Amino acid sequence: MPLPRINRQYLKLFDWYTLLLLLVISLTGVLTVYSATRPILSSLQPNYYIKQLLWIVIGMVCVFAMVLYDYLWLKNFAYVLYIVGIVMLILVLIVGRSGLGAQRWFDLGLFSFQPSELFRVILIIAIAKYLSSIKGQLTKWTFISSAIIFGLVPFILIIKQPHLGTGLILLMTYFFMALSKKIERRILTTMLVIVVLLGPLLGKPIWKNLKDYQKNRIVAFIDPSRDPRGIGYQIEQSKITIGSGMIVGRGYLKGTQGPLKFLPEKHTDFIFSVFAEEWGFVGSVVIFSLYLLLFLRGVDTALKAKDDFAGYVAIGITFMLFLYFLINIGMVIGVMPVVGVPIPLMSYGGTSIITNFLAVGILINIRMRRLVLL
Amino acid sequence: MQVNRRYFVRFANTVMYILIGVFILLVLRLYYMQILKGSEYRDAADSNRVRVVMLPAPRGTIYDRNGVALVTNKPYFYASVMPGTKGLDIKALAALLGSDEAKLQQRLKREEKAIFNTTVLKEGLSFRDVQRIEARRSDFPGLIIETSLTRNYVYKGVGSHIIGYLGKPTRAQLQDDYSEDITPDTFVGQWGVEMLYDKKLHGIPGKQIIEVDALGRQLKVIEYIKPEMGSAITLSIDVELQSIAEELFKGKTGALVAIAPKTGEVLALVSLPSFDPNDFVMGIDSDKWALLNKDKQNPLLNRAMQSAYPPGSIFKPLVAIAGLQEGTLSTESDVFCNGALEYGSWSFGCWKRHGHVALHRALVESCDLYFYDAGRHLGIDRMAQYAKRFGLAQRTNLGIAGSLEREGTMPSVAWKKKQFGKPWFLGETFVSAIGQGFVAITPIQAAVMASTIANNGVKYPIVILKGNEPPVAKTRLDIKPEYFAEVKRGLYGVVNEPGGTGSAARSSLVEIAGKTGTAQVVKGRIKTERLKEELRDHAWFIAFAPYEDPTIALAVIVEHGGHGGSAAAPIAKGVIETYIKKSGDKSSL
Repeated sequence: MPLPRINRQYLKLFDWYTLLLLLVISLTGVLTVYSATRPILSSLQPNYYIKQLLWIVIGMVCVFAMVLYDYLWLKNFAYVLYIVGIVMLILVLIVGRSGLGAQRWFDLGLFSFQPSELFRVILIIAIAKYLSSIKGQLTKWTFISSAIIFGLVPFILIIKQPHLGTGLILLMTYFFMALSKKIERRILTTMLVIVVLLGPLLGKPIWKNLKDYQKNRIVAFIDPSRDPRGIGYQIEQSKITIGSGMIVGRGYLKGTQGPLKFLPEKHTDFIFSVFAEEWGFVGSVVIFSLYLLLFLRGVDTALKAKDDFAGYVAIGITFMLFLYFLINIGMVIGVMPVVGVPIPLMSYGGTSIITNFLAVGILINIRMRRLVLL
Repeated sequence: MQVNRRYFVRFANTVMYILIGVFILLVLRLYYMQILKGSEYRDAADSNRVRVVMLPAPRGTIYDRNGVALVTNKPYFYASVMPGTKGLDIKALAALLGSDEAKLQQRLKREEKAIFNTTVLKEGLSFRDVQRIEARRSDFPGLIIETSLTRNYVYKGVGSHIIGYLGKPTRAQLQDDYSEDITPDTFVGQWGVEMLYDKKLHGIPGKQIIEVDALGRQLKVIEYIKPEMGSAITLSIDVELQSIAEELFKGKTGALVAIAPKTGEVLALVSLPSFDPNDFVMGIDSDKWALLNKDKQNPLLNRAMQSAYPPGSIFKPLVAIAGLQEGTLSTESDVFCNGALEYGSWSFGCWKRHGHVALHRALVESCDLYFYDAGRHLGIDRMAQYAKRFGLAQRTNLGIAGSLEREGTMPSVAWKKKQFGKPWFLGETFVSAIGQGFVAITPIQAAVMASTIANNGVKYPIVILKGNEPPVAKTRLDIKPEYFAEVKRGLYGVVNEPGGTGSAARSSLVEIAGKTGTAQVVKGRIKTERLKEELRDHAWFIAFAPYEDPTIALAVIVEHGGHGGSAAAPIAKGVIETYIKKSGDKSSL
């Protein structure tokens, strides 16, 4: 594909603001990964932080590649991408590599790849295309058919892996995007009634079908002190780690709970706890503010987008990033069950970093092309 | 399209408010956790990574009176695994440690729960075990060898009832005022001197505050308080004398107590069979404990202080002294012994027809008939008074047997009334006068009596520690010295005159005075040689030497030994000769 000639006007409109937030947050993540994984007994620093830096470089390449082309091609290829994504989800169930009791990865030799991560972005694009192709609000039939195609099918494929957290997030993303399109009032009322009536009835079969570790997480969430060395251990340790940061924190590289291995998953799901211990309340509020600015900017981009498709994509991406952020933070501060969801842009992990960079790249793209220039 | 646009804008604006609202809620939560509860969580975090390790203090060394170390400390090794160790080859590990696979499995199961501490797999490794394990340690990641200090009883079973043993603290000990220093896992003295002087011996444990990671691995020492070794104590025991005494018993059960009459120091205290306190240092295993307790010979029993026996004829010197002092007996008056004393329908026998006997020959040849008569004149109540004044039927409170020391029994009219609600019979006085019937004393009381006689009625409180200064607290019995002299002459005769019952104690090295005794196990006079071993009489012998100026007084009892003269007297002779030889060597230096 030949490189497109970029209109000089676009360079003026480039969203430096979002890019700066993206870089500050993700580089803070690298520093925290370094601190969380620094060894105590040996002098050999594990190379997690270098790998993370490498993912960020790759992510930046993705951002610029995404920005080069008009997002219109995404709209054109939306359904194709969606079908490819669904096929990947089915394939990973058949030939994927299992780890930690779940089958989520493709082993590509040099690195492994989690298709459900990339699928997040593909799904949003597909839903946006569908919503923008509909006139008026979602009626009974359009809602039900799109809910099955874009909600239920991916949800079932992903919880089969199993990855309940991601599955639920995608389901919620679909619903949120449908809401942004506007759903007929009576559908909403019916859904509410169904949930209220069927919720208690479905409780038992759902509980029965959960895996033991999933049940444990829920029990641990309800009462973490019941077994502080077992299932409630992560929550309790995370709370201790965050709380011990106090006002200004212990200082960078002075945190103890992560490196001393009291906190599990310290460089992935619980990276914020390590950050909060070292930077305290002040640092935590600063990083929260950066995330808030990023999200608000995303919503603003959705409002300023030049067409419906871009608007839905932007609000979908923003919502998804926010949902990840909220669930992760809720988990580490002990107000939500442990579901194994990383904090976007900070947690260690290649697929997650690249996917989120791609997503933010799309936001930048949309904002950059918000004006009809030609 | 226009309708949708308006809806979308309203929707997006609502989302922005929700974002800001959630942001405020999250910040509030952080405020609660990091500022309101911050110091609480900080403490929790610090206790997470800081661990206090108690460093047990080495116990004080125990020396004998000549400075020979009896109890020291030695390093001991044990194999353990780090917390979080997974996937060990149990079968190979069991072979390497030489322990049972099932037991090992059980201990490793405990390990799964341990977060901070290592789990002990096998205690008491020898140097060779350690070398063997170290060589193969790389095959078993997580396996480590740890060291600690333990007690070393140099002479094993010798004097074990004096030294005692260690064990896990009892509930009472944990509640005691010094219990701050002891944890349920430390070993404290449970018997003997180890128990009696535990506060002196146990020292002050040190502390090490270390930073650990979640696997309990030590990262750095934050604070180190050195343990303080316990104070050493020096016993009055002479370990050479003690071991020779134990050997002289030649495997028989019994007890021996030797006292220095001029200081009250215990020179030797034997109770056989004994046990090896080394078996207790790592927590005695249940099999051994059951074996010790089931043993009919009861090796854990300190016979010298916990067993009371009828004194038999060794009681006679006391009756003689009492009679002389009370004027109911004179050295000249004699009694005709025809082998039995008829009293009413009862007949009280003597072991031999002695014919005419006066006090001296009655002691030398141990005539029962003479003492029936002496007893009748003295009366049981005065007899009991004198017995108490000589230390019989009274606790010595030496302390090494704790509260388990027996008091013994010395009957009197009032005593019988109280115990049985029955009047006293004269016949019981006869029997008591020859140390049978109700009378029961412990070997250590017999030694105190011998020492008091040897010392002409001067009594020192008996002690187990070697005193640096001569003891001041002493009591003098108000008895004329010539009566002591008269009785002591008799005791000299027992050993050294023809017809004396204790001739087996005669020594060419030193002039020994003594008295034999036989404590009846079954009533009646049957030739003991014909009886089964466990029905034979106990053999007593009390002695002191040198006759002119005694430096050692002792009491021996050989259980089921038969006659005191043949079974107990040679042991007394051996102990006395050893002691005299040693002190002779020392004074000639």
